[in-house]
Amino acid sequence: MSDLPLDHPDAAKLEGMTHENQYNFRLAENYAFRSEKGLSKRVVEQISYMKNEPEWMLKFRLKALEIAEKKGRPKWGPSTVDTLNFDEIYFYIRPQDRQGTTDNWEEIPEEVRKTYQRLGVPEAEQRILAGVGAQYESEMVYHSLKEEWTRQGVIFLDTDTGLKEYPEIFKEHFATVVPPEDNYFAAVNSAVWSGGSFVYVPEGVEIEVPLQAYFLINAQSAGQFERTLIIGEKGSKFHYIEGCTAPAYTTDAFHSGVIEIIVKEGSRARYTTIQNWSHNVFNLVTQRAMVYKNASMGWLDGNLGSKTTMKYPSCYLMEEGARGEVLSIAFASDGQWQDAGAKMVHVAPNTSSSVVSKSISKGSGRSSYRGLVQIHEGAYNARSNVECDALLLDEHAKTDTYPYIEINEKTAHVGHEATVSKLNDEQIFYLMSRGIPEDEAAALIVRGFLEPVAKELPLEYAVELNRLIELEMEGSVG
Amino acid sequence: MTKNRLEIKNLHARVVDGESILKGLDLIIPKGEVHALMGPNGSGKSTLAKIIAGDPSYEITEGDILVDGESILGMEADERARAGLYLAFQYPVEVPGVSIANFLRLALNARRDEDDEIGVMEFYETLQAAIKELNWDDSILERNLHEGFSGGEKKRSEILQLLVLKPKYAILDETDSGLDVDALKTVSQGVNAARGPDFGALVITHYQRLLNYIVPDVVHIMVKGKIVKTGSKELAMELDEKGYDWITSQLAA
Repeated sequence: MSDLPLDHPDAAKLEGMTHENQYNFRLAENYAFRSEKGLSKRVVEQISYMKNEPEWMLKFRLKALEIAEKKGRPKWGPSTVDTLNFDEIYFYIRPQDRQGTTDNWEEIPEEVRKTYQRLGVPEAEQRILAGVGAQYESEMVYHSLKEEWTRQGVIFLDTDTGLKEYPEIFKEHFATVVPPEDNYFAAVNSAVWSGGSFVYVPEGVEIEVPLQAYFLINAQSAGQFERTLIIGEKGSKFHYIEGCTAPAYTTDAFHSGVIEIIVKEGSRARYTTIQNWSHNVFNLVTQRAMVYKNASMGWLDGNLGSKTTMKYPSCYLMEEGARGEVLSIAFASDGQWQDAGAKMVHVAPNTSSSVVSKSISKGSGRSSYRGLVQIHEGAYNARSNVECDALLLDEHAKTDTYPYIEINEKTAHVGHEATVSKLNDEQIFYLMSRGIPEDEAAALIVRGFLEPVAKELPLEYAVELNRLIELEMEGSVG
Repeated sequence: MTKNRLEIKNLHARVVDGESILKGLDLIIPKGEVHALMGPNGSGKSTLAKIIAGDPSYEITEGDILVDGESILGMEADERARAGLYLAFQYPVEVPGVSIANFLRLALNARRDEDDEIGVMEFYETLQAAIKELNWDDSILERNLHEGFSGGEKKRSEILQLLVLKPKYAILDETDSGLDVDALKTVSQGVNAARGPDFGALVITHYQRLLNYIVPDVVHIMVKGKIVKTGSKELAMELDEKGYDWITSQLAA
């Protein structure tokens, strides 16, 4: 409906669009380079060549490709993934305007800035000084790092630049948390990865302002394979936020990221992501953290958009006293399948983990909680608590729970609680009797249901979440 | 004058596709008056309250309900509320995760134009006034709607909402049930604060006790889906003394 290039005379009409319509834009496709469609050795070599990478990375990519081919796609999970056709996908696209990063907002291509405005993120401009990293297409084109972080020795770069500028730190940690052998989509990502963030927080450094990356995809069938590597040295503290919104397209887009986080002794890390891809995107992501002695890792994961999501943020609690937490929200509207959950692996004594998962399904939407709690022998007094609540908005909506629990340690304490509820007529009548229209009443109940997780979100994300729920609830009841 | 009253005319109603509960009920509550509605268990008092508020689990088979001369039968519950009706529930539901402040802001804004949302100061002052009237403190506003509330707190919340939303006509469904004397006084003080020439109320209760604190202008007695007797506040005392058998035996005679 509004697939207009910006130079189109009707482009002005796009101004003042409703939030709903803001997905439906795309910019002119002026790309300097894009790989041929499909996934092949040739494409992988092209990518590595274009990026002018060291030899070891090319070898790593090619080996990963072999692993992917050998492994084949997983036999479990949402069946919709079977419809994903790699032959129709560009695995690498680079915007022509620039390569690498800039610290100056004015140097950001006009097109990119306009895209941000369309997305309703003019705040991004204000947040430059707070250090905003943005990924446009398959590559970071913009990056800003607050001065004090530089002073503190914090590295916050796109991953390609990280590889060039800090080859030693990079090579030491890269693919140690999620090796290509881990799963099929991680292997694909390893072969064709591009972009993502590289973060290094030195020993004892505490960052109060969250590190934020706002990125989006914008070309038909564009692959988006970001690779994020975050290293928190001993006693560090940081919060990384990533949010993404994609324009609507007719052919299926594919997003398969790998996020690796290393949380060393005594450090505290949090990673927040709100995925709001348009409803044609396959979002198949591997997120994992290695958590060491007395360190803590928190994943706050929101899966609102996409056609199909497979995402199970995980914490490997490697040393005594390590803590892991996953707070997740999934919203499966018509045609969506959110297969999300968490994985907690307790390797060491006195480790603890907590999972709170809230899912909402509507119409033909389907949400699944898929979780694994694994307690190894010798992980004395490991504690884990899982709570997953599902809310169904109508009689067609579906929800499933697949909680896998493997305990090999007698002293472990594991709790699991699951609830499924429907939108309650009495609550709706009560709210309506106070003058609140039915759809707003339903939205209010849904927001209340999500509140235990949503209250942990940064304010602008909470506002965005509320807006989305209101849109989803319009005309959905009655 | 049909303009300034809540009028219920020959109302027949039943549970959707089920048992008939109201069987030709007539009632007029003029603005400026408080009427009490008493009656034995199962006479249909609470059903009447929910039907007036627009509970979709009941259907009206005959008769009408008019607010200031306009029929409200075609209106959904939210429209009725915006037309000036209010029901204080006997059993207020819990809505987890929704703070009272947030909920009341939404409810107030639902009564206003989209570009005329209530200002922060005005909202704050309205809430403060209501809280003070009920001897409550600010902390209540951040609590989630009735989550973990005691029975008495829930009833107090219903009156807090009444004071904030300022309806034209309120129906109080057994607001006194489960309250100790102190809470009863507080809640009654809240209701009395709402009284005035622009406010009419129907107070449903089993016990005369409440009517010592909220003194009614008129008392109605309801039996088996109909009003069987109407009188002054002394009627409530008489009923308290003689019990409902007195009424039913009178009806039988």
